Amino acid sequence: MKDIYNGELVRLSAMNAEEISKAFARWGRDSEFRRLLDSGVSQLASSKGAQTWLEKELEEQSINQHWFSIRKLDDDKLLGDIDLYVYNWPGRDAFVGLGIGEREFWGRGYGTDVMKVILRYAFTEVNLKRVTLTVFEYNPRAIRSYEKAGFRHEGRIRQVLNKEGKRWDILVMGILRNEWMEHYGYKTAN
Amino acid sequence: MRDLFRGELVRLTTEEPDAYAKMEVQWQKDTEFHSLMDGDPATVVSEKKLKEWFEKRNESSLKPGRHAFSIRALAEDKLIGFFGLWVDLIHSEAWVGIGIGEREFWNKGYGTDAMKLCLQYAFTELNVHRVSLGLMDYNPRALRSYEKAGFRLEGRTRGDVQRAGKHHDSLWMGILHEEWLQMQNREKQ
Amino acid sequence: MFDIQTQLFEGQDIRFGPIDHEKDPGIESKWTHDSDFMRMYDIDPARPMSAAMMKKKYEKLEKEIEENKNIYHFAIRAREDDGLIGKASIHRIEWSNGNGWIRLGIGAGDDRRKGYGSQALRMLLRFAFAELNLFRVTAAVQEYNEAGIALLKKAGFVEEVRRRQALDRDGRRWDLLVFGLLNDEWQKQAKA
Repeated sequence: MKDIYNGELVRLSAMNAEEISKAFARWGRDSEFRRLLDSGVSQLASSKGAQTWLEKELEEQSINQHWFSIRKLDDDKLLGDIDLYVYNWPGRDAFVGLGIGEREFWGRGYGTDVMKVILRYAFTEVNLKRVTLTVFEYNPRAIRSYEKAGFRHEGRIRQVLNKEGKRWDILVMGILRNEWMEHYGYKTAN
Repeated sequence: MRDLFRGELVRLTTEEPDAYAKMEVQWQKDTEFHSLMDGDPATVVSEKKLKEWFEKRNESSLKPGRHAFSIRALAEDKLIGFFGLWVDLIHSEAWVGIGIGEREFWNKGYGTDAMKLCLQYAFTELNVHRVSLGLMDYNPRALRSYEKAGFRLEGRTRGDVQRAGKHHDSLWMGILHEEWLQMQNREKQ
Repeated sequence: MFDIQTQLFEGQDIRFGPIDHEKDPGIESKWTHDSDFMRMYDIDPARPMSAAMMKKKYEKLEKEIEENKNIYHFAIRAREDDGLIGKASIHRIEWSNGNGWIRLGIGAGDDRRKGYGSQALRMLLRFAFAELNLFRVTAAVQEYNEAGIALLKKAGFVEEVRRRQALDRDGRRWDLLVFGLLNDEWQKQAKA
């Protein structure tokens, strides 16, 4: 059986509520990170409240949600989190949300690597038919990364974001199971 | 698009919890029926408790993967039985449990007709890859009915059920999507 | 032969014991990060768990054991240092029918292929047949799990059901096999 947690630079790991809530609080103070990730208003939050909320969310995951922390393979450093949420079982489609909180790891291939790993998980462990994501028009680094991972542009929700006095679109991107299998010439275990 | 809920002899519908409870109170008196349906010991449950149970089931059937239907004979619209589908969403497999509680409707094709509708629903609406079921080796009528519907015998767990002083096997059956499609095509010709 | 002297929970290199709520969560958390182990042990999507999540899972399990009265769960420990090396259970027990399902896994890669699985299975079967007095036990195993299939066959299990294409994993379909062993069959082997 193939390994499904490990990429080339990172691995999927468990969400440790205490560790992650502290990290969320730290990363949340980086307003650029917040604005790239979240359409809501940037605000500061404490880690204690976040921990209780996180513990509850993690317990209620069931088969609908697959939420992982992202760690570097070489030194186990926590880089961020990635969440696969199956919002539609008849269509077998899930939203993926990725956040790399550690700035020094932006633009170095880590995002693309973890996205590849989560797609393999989505298509060969949860057996989905497609994966969808939304990304902000003003985040070209992420858009490029997702294109490299195999996502295609499917549409835009126009002028829904309002930042720095300008209106921006949210882009919708998607990848299909057969596109992914073809793209990676996917070979199954023995 | 075909009518998913109407067959030649029966139609599929749903009932209020108190209607289910009333029917179940009658059907649970028939322990032969129970033995054919269920490997657990027969028992008697109050109508009040049954109603609570069916109300709870109503809530859970809103969750993905759970589908319960009642079966009504088209003539007189009489409530004659029920079936449930439980879907393993990850592996796209549905388990079915079916029972015709009204004895006068045994051996007349009602069960087979209901199963036809059930498979149609499972394969064209729920889009599962396979449908599975289990039955007791002392239920040859059901075995024949399921074979007619296209299920294949995949094995038996030996001595799985103990009843009336004897050990009986549980039979395991399954039908794949492609097998069902082939059957549909053959029937058209 | 009436034997109450031979210990039910002591094997040659391993022993069965209860969950250690302090030490075990961290160890079992590591196993859940080994997707190879997870894909052999279970058919649900592999999910890495933190020690804190594992602790909650144990609490839930013990509550289930107490309420349902149809589960027996054992931590498998190495005899030399009592360290957790695996888990074994009998569950979905139907007392009126005398049947139950068994599961067993040796968690850490280094601990596998040392015969611990066979020892644990032997102890589990003795418990199921001589202590719980079950008429039969059932085990499910994936078609790709060669080690699991070999373990069951060596213990005398018979392949009874082939659930065709019931498992979707790694981009293809696999069969799920159901194996069974009767008390009579086990007794004959135990005597041999």
